[in-house]
Amino acid sequence: MELISPTEIAKEKIEAVQDFSVLAGRSVANLFRYPRYFADMMQQADLIGVGSLPIVVLTGLSIGAELALNSANTLQRFGSLSLIGQLVSVGMVRELGPIITGLMVAGRNSSGMASELGSMVVTEQIDAMRALGTDPMKKLVTPRVISTVFMLFFLTIISDLLGLFGGGLISTFLFRVDWRQYWNSAYQILMFQDVLMGLLKPVLFGFIIATVGCYYGVSARGGTQGVGRATTQAVVASSVLILMVDLLTTKFLMAIFSYR
Amino acid sequence: MAAPPITFDDRQTSTESSRSPVIAFDDVSIAFEGRTVLDGISFQLAKGETKAIFGVAGSGKSTILKLALGLMKPDSGHIHVLGEDVTQMREEDLFDLRRKIGMVFQESALFDSLTVRENVAFRLLEEGDVTEEEVEKPVRESLSFVELEKTVDMFPSELSGGMRRRVAIARAIITHPEILLYDSPTGGLDPVTSTTIVQLIVKQRDVYKTSSLLVTHRLQDAFTMAANYFDRKTNQMQPLPPGMRGEVPMGFLILRDGKIIFDGDVHELAACRDEYIREYIS
Repeated sequence: MELISPTEIAKEKIEAVQDFSVLAGRSVANLFRYPRYFADMMQQADLIGVGSLPIVVLTGLSIGAELALNSANTLQRFGSLSLIGQLVSVGMVRELGPIITGLMVAGRNSSGMASELGSMVVTEQIDAMRALGTDPMKKLVTPRVISTVFMLFFLTIISDLLGLFGGGLISTFLFRVDWRQYWNSAYQILMFQDVLMGLLKPVLFGFIIATVGCYYGVSARGGTQGVGRATTQAVVASSVLILMVDLLTTKFLMAIFSYR
Repeated sequence: MAAPPITFDDRQTSTESSRSPVIAFDDVSIAFEGRTVLDGISFQLAKGETKAIFGVAGSGKSTILKLALGLMKPDSGHIHVLGEDVTQMREEDLFDLRRKIGMVFQESALFDSLTVRENVAFRLLEEGDVTEEEVEKPVRESLSFVELEKTVDMFPSELSGGMRRRVAIARAIITHPEILLYDSPTGGLDPVTSTTIVQLIVKQRDVYKTSSLLVTHRLQDAFTMAANYFDRKTNQMQPLPPGMRGEVPMGFLILRDGKIIFDGDVHELAACRDEYIREYIS
């Protein structure tokens, strides 16, 4: 096996970061340039948003229910079972809703984008598009980025609500917490900064999912094997980035709002 | 017999226009992973001319087409296309220029999620505010040129290799581009389908006078193009009468080890004494 020098590896990595930054920057800059592909955006919104709805509904519901189930025992020990609504609410809205939805959508759509664009690259369809005078960045990347950001925002809200609902079901039917009391405490504990944090994250995660998926797609080389590799890398990279950005965003916003 | 399309007047015009080439490569070099593929090549494509590019596999034939279209940038040298230096242009500016050029890719490169109609109409739909109804006529005309009107609602995966190649030609010519670039349009096809595609290229050359670069491995295709013309009356390709052989705007360019070893017409190729070229064309 041929050995590659560390300098070459470093150069490759820096080049990859540079290419990714250019793609991410252009995907946003294209919003202010003509033509704007609204039809493609709508199509992608349907594929990403409506298509991801079943898994988001299922995961949101189960995560909320599991959160309630796991925390109820601890709260019961301290006689604070009435706080279960608050715990599920803050946990879902601030952290679990955005992150679980982000990871689910990353697994489904980042891979889909990488494989679709990767196949287009290896079959010269991207070159054909450029040859026909169409910018693939505008036609393929920007609609995917915008649609993912937009749809993930709403998918996260759905996930949060279903998580609360799942937690409510467990609290009411298994631990005999009053349904109205659960919702009252869940609602009252939420502060502006909790909601802001919970709704800012999907915007960042959506951007990561789409740009990473598109980047690995357009960088795919080496036929079908290369497309497979790009798909795997897209899911891994977007999931890791989501977790890292989540940590940084949480820390940053907590510092800004001098969190309790 | 119907008169050949190249009259004296046409030839005079062709000579005048040859002073302003539509494509000009000037000392162009490119290397991939340390291997020089094109080493300081220079050539010109005159207006209305079809130039066939030959060379062994990996000699940089397809790279020439991609360089001309600005899909790749050379390491050095300049490429002028329709008067613009594509080596100095930004990607955003190249899109306007590319709209004047049609390209037929080696493996057709049709958009597999779009129907034949959408593939052929792609450029028209992208160019402006036109409805699908408005593009129907040019799509039908373009598909009728390649005799594939019946495939309009089919997907590329439902077509044979030869049909896909013809749809790719229909997609390339729908806006009547000033230049056409063909990348191995007959590669891997049976002789009958190959002849159909050669006939389409000759028709494009003689009827629409489109300037073309044609990459091919099949020498016989280029000789057929040099020895035939397209007769509009019979709508068929016909052999040129004796004495008129090679009197069509058809050039030959042969690459070897990254350099051009021959650039001329069929007469010059036949008279060439270079051993490699003699062996290549024999």
